[in-house]
Amino acid sequence: MAKKEIKKNHQEMTLMQGNEAIARGALTAGLNFYAGYPITPSTEIAEILSAELPKRGGVFIQMEDEIAGISAVIGASLAGAKAMTATSGPGFSLMLEGIGFAKMAETPCVVVNVMRGGPSTGLPTSPSQSDIMQSRWGNHGDAPAIVLYPNSVKESFELTIRAINLAEKYRTCVVLLTDEVLAHMREMVELPDFKNIRIIDRIKPTIPPEWYRHYDENPKYRTPLASYGEGYRFHVTGLAHDLYGFPTNKADEIEIMMKRLRKKITHHIKDLVQIESFRMEDATTAIFAAGITSRAAKAAVKLARKSGKRVGLLRPLTIWPFPDEAVRKLLGSKKTVIVPELNQGQLSLEVKRVLGGIWNYENRKTRKIIEVRKTNGELITPVEILNAIKEVK
Amino acid sequence: MAKIPQKIIHNYLRHRKQFPHVWCPGCSNGIILGAIIRAIDELKYERDDVAMISGIGCSSRMPVYVDFNTLHTLHGRALAYATGVKMFKPEMKVIVITGDGDATAIGGNHFIHACRRNIDLTTIVVNNNIYGMTGGQYSPTTPTGDIATTSPYGNIDPVFDICKLALGAGATFVARTTAYHVIEAQSFIKQALEHKGFSIVEIMSACPVIYGRLNKKGDAPAMMREMKENALPLEKFDELAPEEKQGKYIRGIFKQEIFPEYTEKYAELVASLQRE
Repeated sequence: MAKKEIKKNHQEMTLMQGNEAIARGALTAGLNFYAGYPITPSTEIAEILSAELPKRGGVFIQMEDEIAGISAVIGASLAGAKAMTATSGPGFSLMLEGIGFAKMAETPCVVVNVMRGGPSTGLPTSPSQSDIMQSRWGNHGDAPAIVLYPNSVKESFELTIRAINLAEKYRTCVVLLTDEVLAHMREMVELPDFKNIRIIDRIKPTIPPEWYRHYDENPKYRTPLASYGEGYRFHVTGLAHDLYGFPTNKADEIEIMMKRLRKKITHHIKDLVQIESFRMEDATTAIFAAGITSRAAKAAVKLARKSGKRVGLLRPLTIWPFPDEAVRKLLGSKKTVIVPELNQGQLSLEVKRVLGGIWNYENRKTRKIIEVRKTNGELITPVEILNAIKEVK
Repeated sequence: MAKIPQKIIHNYLRHRKQFPHVWCPGCSNGIILGAIIRAIDELKYERDDVAMISGIGCSSRMPVYVDFNTLHTLHGRALAYATGVKMFKPEMKVIVITGDGDATAIGGNHFIHACRRNIDLTTIVVNNNIYGMTGGQYSPTTPTGDIATTSPYGNIDPVFDICKLALGAGATFVARTTAYHVIEAQSFIKQALEHKGFSIVEIMSACPVIYGRLNKKGDAPAMMREMKENALPLEKFDELAPEEKQGKYIRGIFKQEIFPEYTEKYAELVASLQRE
């Protein structure tokens, strides 16, 4: 009897590709607008949504370039849409001015970046993790970022929903990173029951239009958001603006705006940061890995454990804001931290920043961070991580 | 107490927005904004249904002053943002304010593709032949030979004819007038707003403080006079001998054509899929 009930709460197993999971997740979250430009290895997302969105009364439009893609997404979001676009590194670079605008104008939207090898055109059909820093620091000006990174097809589905939810909740551009292998591999997926999935919509104003301020003060930094055509007739600009959205050069008004952009992220770290901890309790060596590389890392932990090595894995599902507290608490006491990644040391730079701040003079001598890097278009294998573990004395 | 006479534009200006505006003395932007407002007033559009979207530049500062749904976007991108708004809310009247550099240099790609789609946006291109906001660099419409701060020896670039560009790219309503011909401008804007499809009205504007000063065009009235004399209706332009055409240009409606509109085509697609 109990068994049957558990089965009821789940859907059937489906063989699904990573990009398909993103498209399905987005639709589940209520996506009703997609604008984008084709780029390998993200294109399947656009292809699936071009077939699905019109059937549901949503909008799909292929724009003339990525800049137009993100621009149309922001325009639609201001008109009330749940809007998304998907791209890869080169297209993401083009979208950055729009991503900065969405953050500045506090307009919800989601950008999926399926990472491929770079720099430049690089390796269109090979994976990389080289946009970790671009997704945080890429847009000009100073604004925090929310960036998520799954490590399986099922999680691609889940984190896409979460990305859209967070964008609506915090009125900002949320980036979902994946990589070429995650995007194109197929896995058996048991999707959660749709009834149990929590969908978050933006808060709508309930006050009369003449009282409405588009960027109103709010103790929780969650300001209601009206849409065009609803009677509120607000102004939106990429210029520094006051609470109404009108351009300003006044330092005190700019101060309030910049504080709100920062605080709405830092005030909600607990809600934003997600990590997975695997066999960390008794570990003396810890691996810190995200996305596709964390799968090899997990396999390496299992192999190392078999030969008696006490190794664990810490995996961030939220890359930005960076899980400082988890790194401090879970990695701070470890003798060795191994950071494998498909770039020239982007995550490890953050790990060094956090641990460097808590290691004292004595610790520095006995503790170390081992970097396992690969940028040739191939994945890091469990054996390569295992070799790094073996180096640890 | 005598009643203070109210002008139509006062009903549409934002009382909360602090004036004065950013424009220089003698700039045509105010005249053009007035023409846009009066055209909207004549059509009796509900303010809630009107979205005014602009890029970056002097003319792109227009939306902040008017009481519509307004969006001041990034340099060149106004048409792409407007496409997003229009696709999601096709019932809205979407007006795009852009300049010569904004529309045809940095936004050239968005411009030709919006024309090609024939999406129902009304685009006002305010052409002052220069980048005014950044202090007078040459734009794609700065006449060859003219002085700009980045062409101190005279501009060697050939110029874009914005209307021909729009015609070639597939816009279905294309017109040009000047800020001097303000009644005509208001009429063209009104017809453009009523047109179903992508409409563009290029309005020549005077920039006496920057373009005028660099090229010794005289003060604002002198530049207005020049527009009065140089912008000719097609019939008058055709009567001129080739050597007399130098420096003159045509004003009028170049094209007004019925062609399937993009959001309507999309709505048909959605309806046909949902019938299945």
